[in-house]
Amino acid sequence: MNNTTSPYAIELRDISKRFGAVQANKDICLQVPAGTVHGIIGENGAGKSTLMSIIYGFYEADSGDIEVGGELVNIRTSEDAIRFGIGMVHQHFMLVENFTVLENVVLGAEGGAMLKGGLDAARKELKRLEQEYNLDVDVDAVVEDLPVGLQQRVEILKALYRGAKILILDEPTGVLTPQEADHLFRILQSLKEQGVTVMIITHKLREIMASTDNVSVMRQGQMVAHRVTAETDKEELAELMVGKKVRLVVDKEEAKPTNVALSAKNLSWFDEQGVKRLKDVSLELKAGEIVGIAGVSGNGQSELLNALSGITPLSGGEIHFNGEVITAKNKKNASQMRDLKMAHVPEDRHKMGLVTGFEAYEAAILGYHNSEAYNGKILLDRKAMLDECNERMQKWDVRPADPFLKTANFSGGNQQKIVIAREVEQNPDVLLIGQPTRGVDIGAIENIHEEIVKLRDSGKAILLVSVELDEIMALSDRIIVMFDGAVVGEIDAKDADERTLGLMMANALNEEEKAGGQA
Amino acid sequence: MSQPKVPVWVNLALIPFINIMLAFLVSALVILAIGENPIEAAGYLVYGAFGYEEGIGYTLYYATNLIFTGLAVSIAFKAGIFNIGGEGQAYIGGLGVGLACLAFDQTMPFYVIVPLAIIGGAAFGAAWAYIPAYLSARRGSHVVITTIMFNFIASSLMVYLMVNWLKQEGRMSPNSRTFEESAWLPYMHEMLAAIGINIEQSPLNASFLWALICCVLIWGLIWHTRWGYQLRTVGTNATAAIYAGIDNGKVTIWVMLISGALAGFVGLNEIMGVQHSLLLNFTAGFGFAGIAVSLMGRNHPVGIILAAILFGALYQGGSELAFEIPSITPEIVVVIQGLVILFSGALEHMCKDRVEAFFTRTSAA
Amino acid sequence: MFETLILILDATLRVSTPLILAALAGLFAERSGIVDIGLEGKILGAAFAAAAAAAVFGSAWIGLLFAIIASVALALIHGFACITHRGDHIVSGVAINTIVAGLTVTLGLDWFSQGGQTPALTGDARFTSITFPFADALADVPVIGLIYSELLSGHNILVYLAFAIVPLAVWIIYKTRFGLRLRAVGENPHAVDTAGISVAFIRYRAMIICGILCGLAGAYLSTAHNAGFLKDMSAGKGYIALAALIFGKWRPVPVMFACLLFGFLDAVAVRMQGVQVPGIGEVPVQAIEVLPYVLTVLLLAGFIGKAVAPKAVGRPYVKERG
Repeated sequence: MNNTTSPYAIELRDISKRFGAVQANKDICLQVPAGTVHGIIGENGAGKSTLMSIIYGFYEADSGDIEVGGELVNIRTSEDAIRFGIGMVHQHFMLVENFTVLENVVLGAEGGAMLKGGLDAARKELKRLEQEYNLDVDVDAVVEDLPVGLQQRVEILKALYRGAKILILDEPTGVLTPQEADHLFRILQSLKEQGVTVMIITHKLREIMASTDNVSVMRQGQMVAHRVTAETDKEELAELMVGKKVRLVVDKEEAKPTNVALSAKNLSWFDEQGVKRLKDVSLELKAGEIVGIAGVSGNGQSELLNALSGITPLSGGEIHFNGEVITAKNKKNASQMRDLKMAHVPEDRHKMGLVTGFEAYEAAILGYHNSEAYNGKILLDRKAMLDECNERMQKWDVRPADPFLKTANFSGGNQQKIVIAREVEQNPDVLLIGQPTRGVDIGAIENIHEEIVKLRDSGKAILLVSVELDEIMALSDRIIVMFDGAVVGEIDAKDADERTLGLMMANALNEEEKAGGQA
Repeated sequence: MSQPKVPVWVNLALIPFINIMLAFLVSALVILAIGENPIEAAGYLVYGAFGYEEGIGYTLYYATNLIFTGLAVSIAFKAGIFNIGGEGQAYIGGLGVGLACLAFDQTMPFYVIVPLAIIGGAAFGAAWAYIPAYLSARRGSHVVITTIMFNFIASSLMVYLMVNWLKQEGRMSPNSRTFEESAWLPYMHEMLAAIGINIEQSPLNASFLWALICCVLIWGLIWHTRWGYQLRTVGTNATAAIYAGIDNGKVTIWVMLISGALAGFVGLNEIMGVQHSLLLNFTAGFGFAGIAVSLMGRNHPVGIILAAILFGALYQGGSELAFEIPSITPEIVVVIQGLVILFSGALEHMCKDRVEAFFTRTSAA
Repeated sequence: MFETLILILDATLRVSTPLILAALAGLFAERSGIVDIGLEGKILGAAFAAAAAAAVFGSAWIGLLFAIIASVALALIHGFACITHRGDHIVSGVAINTIVAGLTVTLGLDWFSQGGQTPALTGDARFTSITFPFADALADVPVIGLIYSELLSGHNILVYLAFAIVPLAVWIIYKTRFGLRLRAVGENPHAVDTAGISVAFIRYRAMIICGILCGLAGAYLSTAHNAGFLKDMSAGKGYIALAALIFGKWRPVPVMFACLLFGFLDAVAVRMQGVQVPGIGEVPVQAIEVLPYVLTVLLLAGFIGKAVAPKAVGRPYVKERG
């Protein structure tokens, strides 16, 4: 270790990074005192991950300086970062699953052309690290057999074994149980005691309060505030994170909900790794209301949309919809759900909602391509498709109103209008709509919001998922908050404000109650 | 959000042109290396392929096979599947054609045998593609490896059948008996003679017309029916396909059935059109050549026809070339074919990325 | 009966040798994440280079050197397409197989004017059998004598080399730093990249090893097993090796046994030609010939055990955010 001439383990000055049109990081300054735990908090897309990727050499900044231990460094690859004593625990672990813990730890730091010596040395060194930092793990276990909490410890050991003095953890508790998370915080404390500087990136307020000394807040690519953790509170942080945006107002009358259009009971879903991503979610949608799902992205909203729309089969629970009971056994695929009059505007129009290589009039029938309206006996009825597409392009003001243009070549807002028009014009009973205005220009946002309200007023049930809090607040009649795959709260839209929702989304209200007595 | 646009002709014409030129350039180097003049060689090649009626006939006769296998590879490509088993499917499909001819040529008239032979070729080719398709869609097998294995299995199966069952009694070579003329496809020169046009004789026969019809049918299927819509969706964005409620496995299976059937039609040209008997190794690598044709033809029937004629010309011109310059073998054509696969397939990003970057830069400026 | 068995096993060793070399070549490629259906082309190209060089220089060893150079060059083309240009591994493999099939004959005709073949090799231009000490003297000792003098003795150096490479491969893959990184890069290239190791460099080195091994396999075919190059003499061995690689689940020793099994089937098929098996009649040779392919298909479909390929195999590695 070099003699520290600077009180800061790492210092960033005016770091900027741009991806095409997106300014991911703008003039970021950050000072992290040595031997502290420093939190970086912000919403999804605030630019936290980009910043960390720059520090770890995945990206090169367009401009700005990085100092490590008071010395100006040039980090161009992960190898450089490792050499400067920076270690990173990625959100998605960078482990070779069929390797043992020991093999994973030595990968890239084998200490010679032969493995034997390196493995033996590593075994000894790991013993020491384990004791020093409270990090027990069976070094001969195969990684894929370990629970995620232990896999994360392997990642930490990997970094420490390489002599990391600065450890970056990206969303470290995303995959952990509360108990595992608590254990992680204890580990971080002992790391700190041994002089390691820790940086945690997260959107969870609880973690910040529980484990950090200082906290920096990012919003829209910029660093907006630095606080000493002990001198701030969740409320202030939540507000800093979300920001005081211009209040979005959507002109709408009081909802007049009538009968239940869809009810979901105890929905659960396990992903391929067997992790429970949806945890007994129950909800009801009434005709004539908009129900908003608030939550930081990655907390089960996408999984909920996929389960309701038939994209992924349920693992448990049941959905009652238009006379059908859909369960794990009685599956309905997306096409069958459409036949039951459910429409779905997916969160990601590029990955799911459109085939960007298709021309607009083709993309405009995706999912309804078997419908009689577009088919003759054998051939697709091109004229019907084109007529309808032209008509909708007029009605929804899609520009350019050219049905033959490849969907990839429309702007985001116009692509979204094509998708929404397709789904809404089918006159569904229930509309699932995810991130309706992501990447959409201001003018189109207003337009899309109006149409959603109009659909509600015509007696349809709408489930809205959005990471934009003000969109949720402006459109919804009722707001359900999801956290970690479960519904953690429900609130009438009239009673909702940013602060309350921010706390609910971070599950801070519940966790205060639970903190003591959870089993 | 809209992406900078690269002119359409760049992707459709310029990039394939650059790729084929690279392939020709390397081939020219090979010819230089063996001490011959590539320009002179090219002259013989073009003359051989297009210089006289018989040459053109041969060119189109080879192109017929290549259209079938090229279409077979491309319809699978369109659905995101790599069917490398065209060779085996063509082989077994040819068996289907041959069996139909052998079964009915002595009892049925021509116009009954033709549809039966088409059905036979399609059914056998499709059946041979079905097993790998099923194993891929329902049991997660790797379709490439399985179809490769099926090429070898087809080859052994054919040897077994020919030697043990279909060989003509009392002959050494493993050929079936020659079909009655009622099971011969008419030659192009015969058909044209019937309407008063006289051309030189060549093996070009009615199956060429069927190949063109297949192009139209496949074009209609892919771009103008809901099935084609589904297969294109699966091929370009599998996630969107699930969103749209399309069963990817089901699409995989029926696309492979069509692909196998198309490959099977090689038998119409070779068995029914030219050889008039079942024999071994009549596919002669056309199944693999279909990969080059489909890559070159950008998976579009029009492109495939052009690419098939180009490769057909290489085959025919290659023979002419070997005749004129004895130190060059017709195998030089195989080298060119491989180079086309290399440049327009494996190294597609090498030129494409650079050319597209050039155009987006100039259009932005 | 015993003597027949020994003769079949003896033939098995000869037939298995190129399979083992090629399958191990494929093993290094696929363990690094590169699918290589171009094994066939590399074997063929190497066979031609070996025979051509041996014919010109009169030395099998110089032939071997040229075989390795040719095969490594082809492997690097594959690497260039798949690693540097993110090309489709299968398409690239098909391209290489096709180019080599045409090029060997084209060059062969020009160089030797024998219809694409190379001149028949004699003397030092071929790898000849090595007779173990006392093999002749011990030949008459019952059982052991026959095993020693017939089965073990009397092969050329490449046969012994192939079998020696199996433990060497085990050692490289499981005991060295390179092996660890090789296995890691085929499973999770991101993990390797974040550990500060170049994914491309490891894959290129794997392709070079793949090339060397295919070079040995090709040289064996044209300068040891046969006495010269014949058009298409690899005759699908690259694909059988690929099948053996899958059958051996990407592990050197099981892969060797898979090659021995496939070689054994081949040796038996030759012996069974025209032989009446009591109760069954004549078993068609083709039925035995297709067994390697059928077994591989069944294995891939999960009907007999399960073959799990390296996780990242066939996928181009594009660096992205963690």
